Amino acid sequence: MSEKPKIGIYWCSSCGGCEEALVDLNEAILDVVAAVDIVFWPVAMDFKYDDVRKMKDGEMLASFINGGVRLSEQEDIVKLLRRKSQLIFAFGSCAHMGGIPGLANMNDRETVFNRVYREMESNDNPEGIVPETESLVNGKYKAELPEFYNSVYPLDKIIDVDYTIPGCAPQPQTILDAFTAILEGKLPEKGSVLAPNKSLCDTCPRKDTKPDKLTIDVFRRPHLYDKLDDGRCFLEAGIICMGPATRSGCGERCINANMPCRGCYGPPDDVKDQGVRMMSALASIIQPDEEEDIQKVLETLPDRIVPFYMYGLPRSILFRRKMNK
Amino acid sequence: MSENGFEPKIVAFVCNWCSYGGADIAGNQRMNYSPNVTLVRVMCSGRVDPEFVLEALRDGADGVMILGCHPGDCHYIEGNYRTLKRYNMLKPLLKQFNIEENRVVLDWVSASEGEKFARVVQAMNERITQLGPLNWDKVSSER
Ligand code: SF4
Ligand code: SF4
Ligand code: FES
Repeated sequence: MSEKPKIGIYWCSSCGGCEEALVDLNEAILDVVAAVDIVFWPVAMDFKYDDVRKMKDGEMLASFINGGVRLSEQEDIVKLLRRKSQLIFAFGSCAHMGGIPGLANMNDRETVFNRVYREMESNDNPEGIVPETESLVNGKYKAELPEFYNSVYPLDKIIDVDYTIPGCAPQPQTILDAFTAILEGKLPEKGSVLAPNKSLCDTCPRKDTKPDKLTIDVFRRPHLYDKLDDGRCFLEAGIICMGPATRSGCGERCINANMPCRGCYGPPDDVKDQGVRMMSALASIIQPDEEEDIQKVLETLPDRIVPFYMYGLPRSILFRRKMNK
Repeated sequence: MSENGFEPKIVAFVCNWCSYGGADIAGNQRMNYSPNVTLVRVMCSGRVDPEFVLEALRDGADGVMILGCHPGDCHYIEGNYRTLKRYNMLKPLLKQFNIEENRVVLDWVSASEGEKFARVVQAMNERITQLGPLNWDKVSSER
């Protein structure tokens, strides 16, 4: 029997990019694998839920869970993993904040099902059948499906989370630092997000070009702007860069590719709502003072969801949209 | 209270230098304004972070008012212009969340306008009574 610490890895509502990020550790993953025993990883290895159910409570040192929670099955398994693991790590933007799948909180079960199963142009579903938690197959066999919830939940709304490894996907260094901290017993205070508690602007290579008195009189969309590579702070050009409301630690991946930050590392500790914090910061630097002129500037920014809540709608204060029924 | 028994919960952020004075006069002169308004005194309307507004709605308010000094009169010179900008930024977000437009309002009330204070609060109360409860906890907890 090995004495190595046991580790579990699981995915919920996510794209698979977080699993990819683990594999992208390249040679470094070999060190990780040498130091631990992976006892549950449905995407990559053949384990059954029953294997986990048979474990003693707290038998695993840690479970890494990516994806938000949208299905009852996911809720059941993360609760199981919570019992069987000493530590739970929310891995990646979706487990942390709902992520891109969390944009579905602008809809509910009914509108999602209608679109996906009834209205989609490529569908062939004349009877308008949508998934049911229980149904009869051939009139006699009972088939069960997990329940699809109305909303996408960040992991910590379902179970107690010890640490968060942020990012879409987490950058290799962020992951390795987390593993090192676990194995060396150097984890910070429970509840921490394992990346520096400062804003991306603080570490941005473009920060010195940010004017002292920044003002905005028009918002521009990046694909319609031809000077993205001029090395200057994006905000100066009226391009929304989430840097001021986003945690540092990704290595400024997007900025270095001449694209503004979309906020995947989530906010620093003091920010309750990343999107509205950014909106507030931007609003404060709108140039004109007269209401009519303010509104003219804001007409160039028609949407408040995708630019500000690309990764964090279910983590926002209001959590989801109210559906008009 | 309205006929259906609904008593709106309204949170009003009032700035210390103008609107709080207005509220004070309204109170002292026993003007008839709704008792179901919770006043939150802030130093300046510019201190009202949109996060406060959203938290109030999430935590049970049916409506939120932000009241500050008239443009040009802010004790901190530009605070209320900032408020005006943030408010205009915030409104479309509320709309996208299907929160009725009138649930969050911004108005200017000076320290001497007790009568205006009573009037805008009363009008707010009537509008929210008509809209009915917001019940955000129900919106966000429905599995
Ligand atoms: S706003 Fe964006 S481009 Fe400007 S300094 Fe911050 S992270 Fe860099
Ligand atoms: S720049 Fe922003 S969106 Fe891009 S990887 Fe970093 S935190 Fe994520
Ligand atoms: S002090 Fe009244 S709005 Fe600034």
